[in-house]
Amino acid sequence: MSATAVHSLWTMAGGVTSAAPVEKFKAPVIEYTQLAPVLIVIGVAVVGVLVEAFVPRRARYYTQVFLTVVALAAAFAAVVGLAAGGYGTTKAHIAAMGAVAIDGPTLFLQGTILLTSLVAVFTFAERRLDPAAHGNHVDSFAAQAASVPGSDSEKAAVKAGFTTTEVFPLVLFSVAGMLVFPAANDLLTLFVALEVFSLPLYLLCAVARRKRLMSQEAAVKYFLLGAFSSAFLLFGIALLYGYAGSVSYAAIADVVDGAVTKIDPALADTMGNDALLLIGGAMILTGLLFKVGAVPFHMWTPDVYQGAPTPVTGFMAAATKVAAFGALLRLLYVVLPGLAWDWRPVMWAVAIVTMLGGAIVAITQTDIKRLLAYSSIAHAGFILAGVIATTPDGISSVLFYLGAYSFVTVGAFAVVTLVRDAGGEATHLSKWAGLGRRSPLVAAVFAVFLLAFAGIPLTSGFSGKFAVFKAAADGGAGGLVVVGVISSAIAAFFYIRVIVLMFFSEPKADGPTVAVPSPLTMTTIAVGVAVTLVLGLAPQYFLDLASQAGVFVR
Amino acid sequence: MNPVNYLYLAALLFTIGAAGVLIRRNAIVVFMCVELMLNACNLAFVTFSRMHGNLDGQIIAFFTMVVAAAEVVVGLAIIVSVFRSRHSASVDDASLMKL
Repeated sequence: MSATAVHSLWTMAGGVTSAAPVEKFKAPVIEYTQLAPVLIVIGVAVVGVLVEAFVPRRARYYTQVFLTVVALAAAFAAVVGLAAGGYGTTKAHIAAMGAVAIDGPTLFLQGTILLTSLVAVFTFAERRLDPAAHGNHVDSFAAQAASVPGSDSEKAAVKAGFTTTEVFPLVLFSVAGMLVFPAANDLLTLFVALEVFSLPLYLLCAVARRKRLMSQEAAVKYFLLGAFSSAFLLFGIALLYGYAGSVSYAAIADVVDGAVTKIDPALADTMGNDALLLIGGAMILTGLLFKVGAVPFHMWTPDVYQGAPTPVTGFMAAATKVAAFGALLRLLYVVLPGLAWDWRPVMWAVAIVTMLGGAIVAITQTDIKRLLAYSSIAHAGFILAGVIATTPDGISSVLFYLGAYSFVTVGAFAVVTLVRDAGGEATHLSKWAGLGRRSPLVAAVFAVFLLAFAGIPLTSGFSGKFAVFKAAADGGAGGLVVVGVISSAIAAFFYIRVIVLMFFSEPKADGPTVAVPSPLTMTTIAVGVAVTLVLGLAPQYFLDLASQAGVFVR
Repeated sequence: MNPVNYLYLAALLFTIGAAGVLIRRNAIVVFMCVELMLNACNLAFVTFSRMHGNLDGQIIAFFTMVVAAAEVVVGLAIIVSVFRSRHSASVDDASLMKL
């Protein structure tokens, strides 16, 4: 191949015409300030890896906690700065050579992810719940993740006071991926962001201090199924690339809408071939619905939520859902609106089975973490109802719901870490009987979270559900709202059942104790309760914020 | 040769990989099947790249390779740690949590 031929290949990379003239190669323009939230988090994560290598073992925990909190707070400040600078509304645009969209939904979701991760990291850093081992305070993570549970090497690691401080950089890498995921404006960025946030999560699942066999089992299941689903996503990307000749969202949307009239006759059987579009779109949706935890791609959720260390579960349940729904919204609203007549019936079916399936199966659960896992599946269904609305209200109601839901989730899992017996956390529901008699405050706080999950008025869950169902009804999905209300009623049954169990049954003699946490976990729970009540009592400001933010840039 | 044939091959490899994930019982083999699926994606990317006459697909193939390598690192770490504590890499044995 001659030099000119190679050259023409390069210059054609951005366009879809076959006879592009030879241009000068332009250096890429990267808007570093607008990418600051992501760059701060990734930068500090890399510093965190260096801390593991160079800082003495005694000082690592404090250094890592400090760095992580500062990074997340600074990144949140950067998001607020960008939003105040108008990047969410008037100055919304596509940055980093088309790879990342800086617009309202991006900034809103990035802010939500950063705040929830910040409060979730406090539960990661908690060291007062487990009894001290050999005079060292211990957190929820294994002394040395590589040692076999129960072996001599693990005992030696515990005795030496090792802690897995690597969890903090891992969380930061994961958060960085989550920040890019809803902002991704081409399919390659989408895929890379997905892997960047998933891979650290697989590892975090495997490092529980107690019940490590279960934790490792959760990790291997999450990993194998996660890798399987991301392979589907990638093949879907390949097919859409074949369909449109580009992975940029805008270019694919143009081809979907039929806006591109000039198609090279040699490419007639790939470009604009609807089979590629439909199969590719379905496979990408499969990958995203897996991350969201929608039925029928929910099989991993209960096992992973139960087996993972509870702080990790809280973080994952809240932040992953926010990031994945952000990406799903952008894909459906920016890339595939021209295909809405094809994907809406499918998403209808998925939303209905997700809402009903999650709510019905949750009734039979006897483990509090599994119960919350099935409840998160049902909530994924409620959010999908808002996604299906395909109206601006649909976007803003989903944004609001995600913000409300994530804080409730982090708070609820933080409460789960407090109820303990000799074997670690007492997650079996029978052990929670009579908790309200022993520790009224903890039980009352948990009851607030459960009522918010159930969507009782005066909690954030009600405002969120109301917004989502209203948007769905206005968007012509009335039937979906009926199913949503029915499954909310079913779901309310098992939330109320837990409340009844806590307050109206006799405590058992060998029941669990409620550990007194340090201010770290207290902050997490307090923030969770505060957000739940504020969004329930005075949601208007935040609804306005979400509706201002609810416009995608193209 | 007609490049479309490579697409058929990619689809075939992807299907073999997906079937392997569902059928095989050893975690390592399941994982190898996932890698086969990723490589099928790479073949599809490169073929489409050739058909469209642009380089996007070839560049994406590089990204996929890097991601697959990272996935191997994480996946093998998890599978080996499970094997060390259970002396088994069968995905059927991992059944502590049942409905």
